[in-house]
Amino acid sequence: MAPSSRSPAESSAAAPPPAAARRAFRRGLINAAPFSLVIIPFALLFGVVATEAGLTLFETMSFSVLVIAGASQFTALQLMADQAPVLIVLATSLAVNLRMAMYSVALTPHLGAAPLWQRALISYVLVDQTFATAIAEYDRRPGAPLAEKVAYFAGAVAPICPLWYGATFAGAALGTAIPAGFALDFAVPITFLAMIAPALRTLPHLAAAFVSVVGALALVWVPYSGGLLVAAVAAMATGAQVELWLERRRA
Amino acid sequence: MTPDRIELWTVILVLGAGTFLIRFSFLGLVGNRPLPEWLLRHLRYTAVGVMPGLVAPLVLWPPATGGVPDAARLVAAAIAVLAGVLTRSGLWAVICGAAALYLTPVLLGLPG
Repeated sequence: MAPSSRSPAESSAAAPPPAAARRAFRRGLINAAPFSLVIIPFALLFGVVATEAGLTLFETMSFSVLVIAGASQFTALQLMADQAPVLIVLATSLAVNLRMAMYSVALTPHLGAAPLWQRALISYVLVDQTFATAIAEYDRRPGAPLAEKVAYFAGAVAPICPLWYGATFAGAALGTAIPAGFALDFAVPITFLAMIAPALRTLPHLAAAFVSVVGALALVWVPYSGGLLVAAVAAMATGAQVELWLERRRA
Repeated sequence: MTPDRIELWTVILVLGAGTFLIRFSFLGLVGNRPLPEWLLRHLRYTAVGVMPGLVAPLVLWPPATGGVPDAARLVAAAIAVLAGVLTRSGLWAVICGAAALYLTPVLLGLPG
């Protein structure tokens, strides 16, 4: 083999040149950057709320680093504050994260051929924002080389996950300095509603949310906060059934 | 609350490991096999099934007021949902909800 005789076109067929991967990384970073506006306040809030709930700085950071899934972290914190048993806390907060199985399915055709360590790392940083950024790109350019797809994902992680850790830290450090009369208790409900509201534009989503609210309120008396889990399962079934019904009506 | 340490660390570690396994499930283990349609159909509604139910009692009976319904919190919740649906942006929903939370007592002339 004579390296000097290889044209640039030939070498790019085997593996994309680093320049293309670098460009993909930068595109991912730029496209994910607007999400930092959501990540920073949400992580700050988690840091504040967790320290107010009695967690140490180390415990709060462990939560954000090991789980990196804000909605389930808040859910777990709230249920622990309600004195729910550990099994209920875990079942309910894991249920919040079940949607990520869908993300894992959707990424497999694009990233399934990557080495195991890369797939494991990507799984660790697979959050709502990185997924949304990456899948939009993969749908636009499904034929892009694997290395570029991986680089793009890494780029999308860059403005999201470090900010998640950093802002959690800042929030935990600030937490004790915020006065109690600030109605901060209500920041979590507002944030949750804000995360869900943009999705309430289809009938199945509306129906599921309705069943979730009515079910949770009607089952408040169920011991150990078990009512929410029952309401959530009923809500999921409702969403799925309404979706089926709509499909049949269209057909 | 000051949570029990063993309970807290059980939740942190198991939630972390479980969440990783959910993310890793197909990408890492199952591979390229498609999921059954009925399962995907239910997974789509997990977040919207859990989160409104978690929030509803906190909106109606806020722990901070001792469980007494509070105008500012009810209005703020309604405004946040409305803003989120109309703008499709979670960020605007938070901003509008927070503004409503602090402005409602002022507009109603109540002690904040």
